[in-house]
Amino acid sequence: MDGTLMPQADIAPLVEIEDLTVRFTSREATVSAVNGVSFSVKPGEVLCILGESGSGKSVTLRAMMRLLPEKRTTITGRITIAGQDVLGLNARDLRALRGGLVSMIFQEPMTALDPVYTVGEQIIETLRKHRNMSREGARARALDLFELVKIPSPERRLDSYPHELSGGLRQRAMIAMALSCGPRLLLADEPTTALDATVQIQVLILLRRLQRELGMGTIFVTHDLGVASEIADRIAVMYAGRIVEEGPVADILANPRHPYTQGLMASTVHGQHRDADIQAIPGSPPDLRRMPAGCSFGPRCPTSQPRCREAFPPISHPSADRMVRCFREGEEAKASF
Amino acid sequence: MFAIILRRLIYAIPIALGVSVVCFSLVYLAPGDPLQTILPADASADTIAFIKHEYGFDRPIPVQFFFWLTRVLQGDFGMSIATRRPVVDEVLGSLSNTAVLATIAVPLAFLIGYSLGVIAGCFPGGWLDKLVTGSAVMGVSLPNYWVGIVLVIIFSVEMMALPATGMGPNGSTAFSLFRWADLQYLILPAITLALVPVGILARSTRASLAEIRNQDFVTTLRAKGLGEGAIVRHMLKNAMPPVLAVMGLQFGYLMGGSILVETVFTWPGSGFVLSKAIINRDIPVLQGSILMLAMIFVATNLVVDLLQAAIDPRIRRA
Repeated sequence: MDGTLMPQADIAPLVEIEDLTVRFTSREATVSAVNGVSFSVKPGEVLCILGESGSGKSVTLRAMMRLLPEKRTTITGRITIAGQDVLGLNARDLRALRGGLVSMIFQEPMTALDPVYTVGEQIIETLRKHRNMSREGARARALDLFELVKIPSPERRLDSYPHELSGGLRQRAMIAMALSCGPRLLLADEPTTALDATVQIQVLILLRRLQRELGMGTIFVTHDLGVASEIADRIAVMYAGRIVEEGPVADILANPRHPYTQGLMASTVHGQHRDADIQAIPGSPPDLRRMPAGCSFGPRCPTSQPRCREAFPPISHPSADRMVRCFREGEEAKASF
Repeated sequence: MFAIILRRLIYAIPIALGVSVVCFSLVYLAPGDPLQTILPADASADTIAFIKHEYGFDRPIPVQFFFWLTRVLQGDFGMSIATRRPVVDEVLGSLSNTAVLATIAVPLAFLIGYSLGVIAGCFPGGWLDKLVTGSAVMGVSLPNYWVGIVLVIIFSVEMMALPATGMGPNGSTAFSLFRWADLQYLILPAITLALVPVGILARSTRASLAEIRNQDFVTTLRAKGLGEGAIVRHMLKNAMPPVLAVMGLQFGYLMGGSILVETVFTWPGSGFVLSKAIINRDIPVLQGSILMLAMIFVATNLVVDLLQAAIDPRIRRA
């Protein structure tokens, strides 16, 4: 766990996702939850995937650990984490990856922890699974982890059951468990959404601090622009299973290019005049069982044009580290010549 | 944990008291007059009054209850009207015969039912699940006395492999589980008796597991890198409390003996004695049997409660 010295030679991305699609098949319908997502995360970098419910952000995260029900799910594309082809791993290597190289924090810490085991037992179990530690050694390490995530009276809390802890403490225990085996990649699925506002900030600050100290690459899924701006290095905005805009957090916040991102910003409280109405994006996301031809945001887009209904806009790069998928983008670039 | 044991024990007292009130009231709730069975049809009014006084039927009901309860607490349930033997001997004798049956039927039912439920619950929707669920429905739906008769026809009449009825040449007092001459009499009734609990237990275990399988924490376990075996272990512990409740109920039923199954196999167990007592309107025996069986239920529920509390910390708080 010596994340202080980042290996500079290791410029290869920690995570590379190429053209990921995820489809859920049931008797009634096929749901296209993720439709060709590509992104990469460098070691120690925090990528926020921003999107509303049903945009495919959680599904993308779960696909990266192959946590989706295998029978009903079809995943295509490539997922590479630290050089490992995740979709091609056998069961044994997959188990080593889960919780070892990559770990995940979930939204609802009450239901995400096993109610009939103490939180200590659950961390010890993880440690013994990956690190081959003795029971005593694992307990000592669990205690260290509880101190690391700032749980008060950690010795006593180790022997608590999840229902005996407050939401914030539960999430801290969850984080301790996720960090237990020194993962190089942390996947966080709305880890602060279920918490009280004050606790949310504390957990967010804790996560940011731990991420920096331990130098983990992190993918943080949220629907909250404020949370994203707090923790992200880069933001990827997801809509209807596609990334519509991506770039460094400051750039995106200062200069959103995609109409959906602009809509998101307009619909968020961030120091507007108190009498000014917050603008909601009209309409609702498309039905993932029947995706519209063309741009999936088209039906809600204030600048929609006839061609938006014909094909999905191609990738354009307004600058070296930014990506937008909107027809208008190319236009403006041309117009500026 | 000690506090929980104490609390549950205290809870059991009013239940036991309530049950004893119901048992006592049987004398007055049952249609007909229990004295009719022992009195000659042409008994004089004096004789009736004498017998009434002898049995204490002429005193106020609360007083009768009080005297009855004091005697019952001392282990005196009175005399059987039909056999003129102490009720305690009748009831304990029949209970121990049923217990002998249960020593085979209960483990058989619990082991098979639970295992089938676990298998089905681990592969929901698969062909194993369908097979188990189908057989479980059949086990519950087939009338067990009919299955008993069919088994007798196959194994006793056709194959002549197992005896059809009774408890064997040594009688109930000398019956031993470790002697084939006796044990062979146990096999068909035990299997017949286990059939319904197997079905019920398989279904409730499967349902409990299937519900646990969809909970978030199972995803967490998978995300921790645990193998399927360890995940199933976690799920089983979570699924256990409702399964234990079902096991407790089934244990109670098995101890009550099945009137029909024990009649088919002429097994002199509690169901058999109960049915005889009903036919003879032998109220003291009915009272004694029902009270004992109810106490077994209360005790079983107590054990189930404590086991559940030992497994699930959330129950401990309640």
